[in-house]
Amino acid sequence: MKLKGFKSHPYIPNSVTDVQNEMLKEIGLADLEELHSEIPEEIKLKKNMDLPKSIVSEYELERHIKEIIKKNKTCEDNINFLGGGCWQHHVPAICDEINSRGEFLTAYGGEPYNDLGRFQALFEYQSLVAELVDMDVVNVPTMDGAQAAATALRMAGRITGRTEVLIPALMDRDKFKIVNNYCKSALKLIEVDYDKKTGQLDLEDLKRKANENTAAVFFENPSFMGFIEEGGQEISDIAHEAGALSVVCVDPSSLGIIKPPSHYGADIVAGELQPLGMHMNYGGGQAGFTATRDEEKFVMEFPSRLFGITSTIENGEYGFGDVAYDRTSFGHHRHEGKEYVGTQTALWGITAGVYLALMGPVGMFELGQTIMQNVQYAIAKIDEIDDVKASAFDSTSFKEFVVDFNKTGRTVEEINGKLMEKGIFGGKDLSKDFPQMGQAALYCVTEIHTKSDIDKLADALKACL
Amino acid sequence: MGKLERINRDFKVNRNFHQAKWDEPIIFELHKNGERGIVAPKADEEIERTVGDGISKIPQGMLRDEAPNLPEITQARVVRHYTRLSQMTLGADVNMEIGQGTCTVKYSPKVNEKLARLPEMTEIHPLQDESTVQGILEIMHKTDLFLREISGMDRFSFQPSGGSQAIMAMAAIARAYHESRGEGDIRDEIITTIYSHPSDAAAPAVMGYKIIYINPDENGYPDLEAFKAAASERTAAFFIANPEDTGVYNTRVQEFTETMKEVGALSCYDQANANGLLGITRAKEAGFDMSFFNLHKTFSTPHGCGGPATGALGVLDHLVKFLPGPLIDFDGEKYFQNHDIVGKTDSIGKVRMFNGVAPVVLKAYSWIMSMGAEGLYEVAKVAVLNNNYMFNKLMKLDVVDAPYIRGKQRVEQVRYTIEKLFNDTGITTEDVQRRMMDFGMHYWASHHPYYVAEPMTLEPTESPSKEDIDEYVETLKHIFNEAYENPDLIKSAPHQSTCHQLKEESLDNPAEWAITWRSYLKKTIV
Repeated sequence: MKLKGFKSHPYIPNSVTDVQNEMLKEIGLADLEELHSEIPEEIKLKKNMDLPKSIVSEYELERHIKEIIKKNKTCEDNINFLGGGCWQHHVPAICDEINSRGEFLTAYGGEPYNDLGRFQALFEYQSLVAELVDMDVVNVPTMDGAQAAATALRMAGRITGRTEVLIPALMDRDKFKIVNNYCKSALKLIEVDYDKKTGQLDLEDLKRKANENTAAVFFENPSFMGFIEEGGQEISDIAHEAGALSVVCVDPSSLGIIKPPSHYGADIVAGELQPLGMHMNYGGGQAGFTATRDEEKFVMEFPSRLFGITSTIENGEYGFGDVAYDRTSFGHHRHEGKEYVGTQTALWGITAGVYLALMGPVGMFELGQTIMQNVQYAIAKIDEIDDVKASAFDSTSFKEFVVDFNKTGRTVEEINGKLMEKGIFGGKDLSKDFPQMGQAALYCVTEIHTKSDIDKLADALKACL
Repeated sequence: MGKLERINRDFKVNRNFHQAKWDEPIIFELHKNGERGIVAPKADEEIERTVGDGISKIPQGMLRDEAPNLPEITQARVVRHYTRLSQMTLGADVNMEIGQGTCTVKYSPKVNEKLARLPEMTEIHPLQDESTVQGILEIMHKTDLFLREISGMDRFSFQPSGGSQAIMAMAAIARAYHESRGEGDIRDEIITTIYSHPSDAAAPAVMGYKIIYINPDENGYPDLEAFKAAASERTAAFFIANPEDTGVYNTRVQEFTETMKEVGALSCYDQANANGLLGITRAKEAGFDMSFFNLHKTFSTPHGCGGPATGALGVLDHLVKFLPGPLIDFDGEKYFQNHDIVGKTDSIGKVRMFNGVAPVVLKAYSWIMSMGAEGLYEVAKVAVLNNNYMFNKLMKLDVVDAPYIRGKQRVEQVRYTIEKLFNDTGITTEDVQRRMMDFGMHYWASHHPYYVAEPMTLEPTESPSKEDIDEYVETLKHIFNEAYENPDLIKSAPHQSTCHQLKEESLDNPAEWAITWRSYLKKTIV
């Protein structure tokens, strides 16, 4: 039986029968069926695939998709307090404007000549993030913050020639899984305990575990639980005394007000770019960066592309290109290059650059300040509720904090169910990933929350407890 | 009648092209003290009265004492800057995409982008209760069902966010699979071919595997005898693209996958070049255990300068429990994230935060719906028609050749050689590449190292028209003629692109490379 095609499809110019016949004639074939002659008959499909009938008109297609996605309830129509690796921030209109530009949206692997704009925009993104973290080298972004952390640790493993890394026990379990899967063949992950009262990394435990096998001491600032890790310098010192690197994962939205890790001894800094101009996109806005000092031993260990600035043969003209391209798996050494490189999240990198160019130092300061004020207000309001403790850790929070519901006799699941009825998305339930904390939830408050949003949350919590 | 002359546009080669060139400064050079691009929201006055300035609570020594050295730029200038940079980027919307061979750069329908940017997609948090994200879960589940039909695989994960990450995930699954059978330590080798993507070797190496390369035989097929000799009880898996980057379809692919079964290893299919095979043949019938599709390539979602993307990873039933979790399921009433199918101890865990790049999955869903089975079949037929039409035209040129399977068809792309041009004129494939930019066209040589001399890899996909292909070929011919008549013009190209030839030496010199603006300021002399 003859398989059916789709003639004169709007996306396929040469689906017009006359044109096809003309082209077929030119290559000496009579029929489209005669194409694919190299595919063995026994593995060729004998009938059309079983897929839903196509929706030909654009209008009907839009209707169809909208019918489905309107079942999603948004954080615009509800008040959202979920964070945990993806955070609701304001996305400046210009970020969307630039990353919707067809030229950027549909570009890919062009050369530094015809894609100069792409190279420059990514070089500028690297340069802007470099200012934020106060380091000299930043990569073209990778998949997400977790992948950036995993690569930072593999880099540390290669630089030190060692096989263990120390990580905080209070790390996001999903992030742990990603890092573990990626590092398994080269590095063993060893957890470092935390102070039960403050959540801060247990420095005594860290000292016990840091030794001649330690490639890196890894910690997050703010921590996964949202508080500021105060002993940054001490942690880095312990790492360095053991001959290990200090690797820090940072939230870039905090860096207008909080010290960057390079100021407390970090050798490699990684982080998640999503707060810098990406919508949450159900987790599709993630992108990761890695930063180091400009030393050959660091630069040559990056698996990512690094776009550098240079001159051209024309006086006064900037040009851009790949720095030390041959260290990547795209270079001559293939699998002997550093890890692997491929399609990652370039468009989000460009967008993060746009965001930082708009915000400037003052915007980043304002952002950090508003977040901290809102968070402190939210903690105070929630802590007023009987039997509820906010925050569970006696430390300073940046934009997330843990609410302890253990004394209420209710589960987080029950509470979140009640909140949802009132149009509120309560914090991430920690009870499964961190059973030692019992019924606790990770709440996120940012610059987008108003006093009224936070008051509504407090009132709703009171009402449902 | 006046004297206005009608312009003659009866020429194929666009000699008057000049790409946008704005001579735009680096963003830091636009800085002016005190300018603002945007104002961040302030905390409510009552909040400020209650908690104070917020930052006094920052622990001792953790307050940033010096503001980051970001530029201060007014909003309109930021827009102008980035709009100009976009104009200096040769996306698929502004050129006929034929030259980025192996990248499957096709038309990305605007309606799909519009849909992906609705607040029902952008303003949803990945940890929301399942009852509030039924729409996206439905899209993900149905796209999984579509891809099962298109590939014959039994289950898909959208977590891998690019082809290379999908390759990494397949290698991790191979590792978990063999560990579950107590053979994790013995099976430490992965076999791939030199014409598969470099990531087919590099990503498994990250997972700890030794890599064995199979060379092509005289027909360009991976050497079956060498492959059989390499396969052993130490083989964990085999990673291959088919067609490979040469456009040659490995007609004996089943013997390869059979060989893997015989030695207890897995066959993993890199379907980066799947476009010309949609509705024609599938991974399952060829004997593969795992495969992945690049949704940003084959399914048009688009490439975004290099992501965000998705390497949709499909496996047969016996490997489902090793997939990164959770998987999206439907219980007859509601869609949900299934944490149970991916065995808690067997799963490789996760490869990406949350559940993949949702907008990309939505755009792929929409594209498949706009095609249906008949449209996908048409895509494959036209992509292969376009490729062979161009192949036929180019092979008539004296300076173009393509090694292997003479007189037979190629699938999605062709790796040509212009070695004769080089031998006659000294013009290299890189020279031609730069000159093609003077006509607003991409041109790609090959991954490294070059196994074909002076390679040229072209992939028209289904998107260009016959006239586009004719224009591309005419432009190449024009340049090949220039090579004989005026080689200096090519050697010194580009002339009409965004910038002139780079001084590249500094990019490989640690004393001079500058990966950021601050580094450039430190390392350059005034």
